[in-house]
Amino acid sequence: MSPRLARWLVNGALFGGAAVAVLPLLWMLSVSFMAPGAASSLPPPLLPAHPTLGNYRELFAHAGMGRYVLNSLFISSAIALFALVCNLMAGYAFAKLRFAGRERLFQALIGALVVPAQVAMLPLFLLLKYAGLVNSYAGVIVPGMATIFGIYLVREYARSVPDELLEAARIDGAGEWRIFVQIVLPLLKPVMVTLTVFTFLAAWNDFMWPLIVLTGQEHYTLPLALASLAREHSEDTELMMAGSVVTVLPVLLLFLALQRHYLQGLLLGSVKG
Amino acid sequence: MNRSRTAWLFLAPALLVLGVFFVLPVIGALGLSLTDYDLYALADIRNLRFVGLHNYWGLLQRPLFWSALGNTFYFVAIGVPLSIGASLGAALLLNSPLARLKPFYRTALFAPVVTTVVAVAVIWRYLFNTKYGLVNYGLAELGLHPVDWLGDPHWAMPTIIAFAVWKNFGYNMIILLAGLQAIPPELYEAARIDGASAPRQFWHITLPMLKPTMLLVMVLTVAGYFQLFAEPYVMTEGGPLQSTVSVLYLMYDDGFKWWNMGVASAVAFLLFGVILAITIGLLRLARRGEPA
Repeated sequence: MSPRLARWLVNGALFGGAAVAVLPLLWMLSVSFMAPGAASSLPPPLLPAHPTLGNYRELFAHAGMGRYVLNSLFISSAIALFALVCNLMAGYAFAKLRFAGRERLFQALIGALVVPAQVAMLPLFLLLKYAGLVNSYAGVIVPGMATIFGIYLVREYARSVPDELLEAARIDGAGEWRIFVQIVLPLLKPVMVTLTVFTFLAAWNDFMWPLIVLTGQEHYTLPLALASLAREHSEDTELMMAGSVVTVLPVLLLFLALQRHYLQGLLLGSVKG
Repeated sequence: MNRSRTAWLFLAPALLVLGVFFVLPVIGALGLSLTDYDLYALADIRNLRFVGLHNYWGLLQRPLFWSALGNTFYFVAIGVPLSIGASLGAALLLNSPLARLKPFYRTALFAPVVTTVVAVAVIWRYLFNTKYGLVNYGLAELGLHPVDWLGDPHWAMPTIIAFAVWKNFGYNMIILLAGLQAIPPELYEAARIDGASAPRQFWHITLPMLKPTMLLVMVLTVAGYFQLFAEPYVMTEGGPLQSTVSVLYLMYDDGFKWWNMGVASAVAFLLFGVILAITIGLLRLARRGEPA
């Protein structure tokens, strides 16, 4: 095979693959600007004949989309924030603080990763029901406030913090909490960004648990609202695509802005020895 | 002594959350699966009875459980190899010295991973619409008959598999790409000097060196694909003719639609057992393949 042909093949395949990956998303964006009913014609139009923001107006004015956006924003931010605090502290303890049974406890946590989260969902629902947290923001937030993956991620990263630095601070008489806040946290900044992006995106996209615990529309997150809209308005292609844009665009933009951190987390979290 | 107490204080919030909202419910699920917890027990806990393994026994005799398990296995058996194949192909292309605009292509190929399952499943529902969908339009242009993608019991699961591959392959692509980049270039140089062709290099260097990464990717993907739920929920509601009811879909329906939480817990535990057995099997198989 001539080098020129090989170059054509490699780049052609990449272009084709990227097109398949991205075209459905571009199609969604295009249809969201079409007039109601315009997408359901033959041949299927690729671009709106008369671009309109009507679908978005309809979503926010009549379908309560504004509320769902705020719900999603609030729930995902709260989960990201709490998980950041809990996972940072625990990950640091596993990496740098000595205590009896440290390795065994960490191994047990990693072992627990084989249990699918859904196994816990039925009793968790009952637990939250008796605690009065079903159909509340808290019901979605509390189970996500710490994750084994996050603890693992922080531990991997925090192991690179030099022990001498911590020892020196201890000799100077600094308390453990002050060492954590003033010395360790600044060093963990990159993993903090990574962890926050990761948890926020996961919480934003989460479907099954919110579906179970949120029984009333007023607390719905965007994926729930979209799934319920899809059952009511399955014929309104253009409206549904506008709803999909509202749901997908924030996370897509967040990913594009912080791509490096996200991919780093993905690799750090999966390269397990 | 004091240091140890500090450590536990740092661990306390995370362990408390994981203990109360994960470990405890998992143990509770085992207990729940041995009871007849249903709507009556939900109303008044005194209606609860211990039934031993009755729920498990009942499931094994229920055709819908077996078809849900079969549908899930179908999804995993076809979806995982296709998914990993697509990931490996994309990773190899991105790793090729001939490729241009690598960061751009990497981002584009990865984009579906960060999107919301529900939102993109809705997109696919319209793209695969029988009458106005672009896919059938394309088929018609090629002179082929239209397919009722999500309405035909034979095509619904393949369509969901295609969707899952499209949505997920970027994740493993990144992991495999890192694995490829970690292979020392000297190995390829030595092979070239020995006159090994590109396919032989792939077979004798790339694949063996990639094996640990492949194993990891396989274990993660298999476990993830067994947890199929949102796709059928949004795209087909389990239909047509229950051909896309997955095990978790059954658990959701039993538990949260009919409130048979005892039965649903048994479903969850059986799924866990299946995932665990297959994970262990994969790890064993990989170890046996290694030279002693």
